[in-house]
Amino acid sequence: MNWGIPATITRYLPPLIGGVAIVLAWEFLPRIFNIPTLLLPPPTLVFKSVWLLYDRGLLLGNFAITLAEALGGFAIGSVCGVFFAFLVTRSLLIERMLLPYLIGLQALPKVALAPLIVVWIGIGIESKVAIAAVISFFPVLINAIVGFSTVEAEKIDLMRSLVASGWQQFSIVIFPNSLPFIFAGLNVAIVLSITGALVGEFIGADRGLGNLLLQLNYNMDISGMFAVLLVLALLGVVLYALVRFLHTRLVFWAKPDNLRVGND
Amino acid sequence: MTSRLTLIDISGVGKQFRSRSGAMLHALADASLTVEANQFICIVGPSGCGKSTLLRMLAGLEPVSSGQITIDGVPVSGARRDIGLVFQSPVMLPWRTILKNILVPAEVLKMDKTASRKRAHELLELVGLEGFGDRYPDELSGGMRQRAAIARALMHDPNILLMDEPFGALDALTREAMNLELLRIWQGSRKTVILVTHSIEEALLLSDRVAVFSPRPGFVRDVIDVPIARPRSAATRTDPVFIRLADRLRGYFETESTATTGHQEGVAS
Repeated sequence: MNWGIPATITRYLPPLIGGVAIVLAWEFLPRIFNIPTLLLPPPTLVFKSVWLLYDRGLLLGNFAITLAEALGGFAIGSVCGVFFAFLVTRSLLIERMLLPYLIGLQALPKVALAPLIVVWIGIGIESKVAIAAVISFFPVLINAIVGFSTVEAEKIDLMRSLVASGWQQFSIVIFPNSLPFIFAGLNVAIVLSITGALVGEFIGADRGLGNLLLQLNYNMDISGMFAVLLVLALLGVVLYALVRFLHTRLVFWAKPDNLRVGND
Repeated sequence: MTSRLTLIDISGVGKQFRSRSGAMLHALADASLTVEANQFICIVGPSGCGKSTLLRMLAGLEPVSSGQITIDGVPVSGARRDIGLVFQSPVMLPWRTILKNILVPAEVLKMDKTASRKRAHELLELVGLEGFGDRYPDELSGGMRQRAAIARALMHDPNILLMDEPFGALDALTREAMNLELLRIWQGSRKTVILVTHSIEEALLLSDRVAVFSPRPGFVRDVIDVPIARPRSAATRTDPVFIRLADRLRGYFETESTATTGHQEGVAS
């Protein structure tokens, strides 16, 4: 239903109006309530800080480093998660040997491992990749285990009736069938991987957005911190969009409802 | 007819399950049936009479509890590649196109790529799906998906086709059309077919012989010949022989439903 309004407008106008309203409220409400701009800098100041940081060459380089740490950790953690899920679901012995401990580890807040990892690997990029990997690993593992175990019995019967090998069953049916589950894990993992990289940078690093954030904090440059937060949000959106893109490409057949938006 | 070779010999086959509560469930009591090569046999029986279980045991997907099944004189001890299976639902892999779904057996059996592609296209034509090979299963109707499932079951050119209520999930009109389609397909390939169904009309229209199963625990109550000439068509349903046999078959289930009310519901076999 539309009344001659182009679809692009009905689609993008409401979020645009919402965004403008939020920015305006952020700009003017603190003034009305006399909140010092030092504590809550208005958007105009924050955008100025973004420009200043960019101008000093602090933004792009640190953005790239944190992006690389998060993405690298995400990739390693996800591949390991899928691989361990494969092992655990293929062999009952391995499942019984490992699963209780994997689940036990899952209950541990992974960021608690971060200081240890920094001590072990050092304050370079590698330790952040490792922390991001550890933190990405579990959601992918758990979802992949569920995915590998949730196959319609008839699909397996079909493969068994053809005397398919275990690997054929896995590669032709079980793995593709588990992709919607794996992507549910990846969607969580990609966001967590940024947390992991950032926590690592907080603990010990000489670069990255987390390091920049701490430095600005020491200098009480609140507006600069807001600028970094903005860039971090952007980083999150970029990475999430990347996974989302792969999701719609690879799991087109599962059709989650939110992929059908605008398909009338 | 009796002079032909026995391909499948089911003798005294029984099946027991342990249900979740721990009680033993007697699905199949003592089923005996012989099937000759190139014959079309239908198994009819009430829900839960163990007819689908028998099919699974024929396919080697489940062991027998007692008795023996032999195919070509060899006892069935596991799945074997000369059998094509069609389930009640199409069991398509939704991430593969129809063509690639039909090619699954070729992939598993590592058949020659170009030859199997050619055959897959021929099968698409045989089941009336030419031009739909590049579509995904969810773009097709239930009837079309089931045609694709039949094509897939024929892919590796098995001797035996086992069909478990293949049209049970379709609406009545599609089902009648699919029955005639199956007749046409079968006429072209002359596989040995065992088809499980609830429908007396379907059984009579399709088969050379109909095996009637008793309620659970199932056994073969009767096997009737269907001496109606082929090729058959929609008009076959008005054939006097057809009507007489349908009445006779219905008689089995009428007496049962009065005798076993409340016993018919339950675990689908």
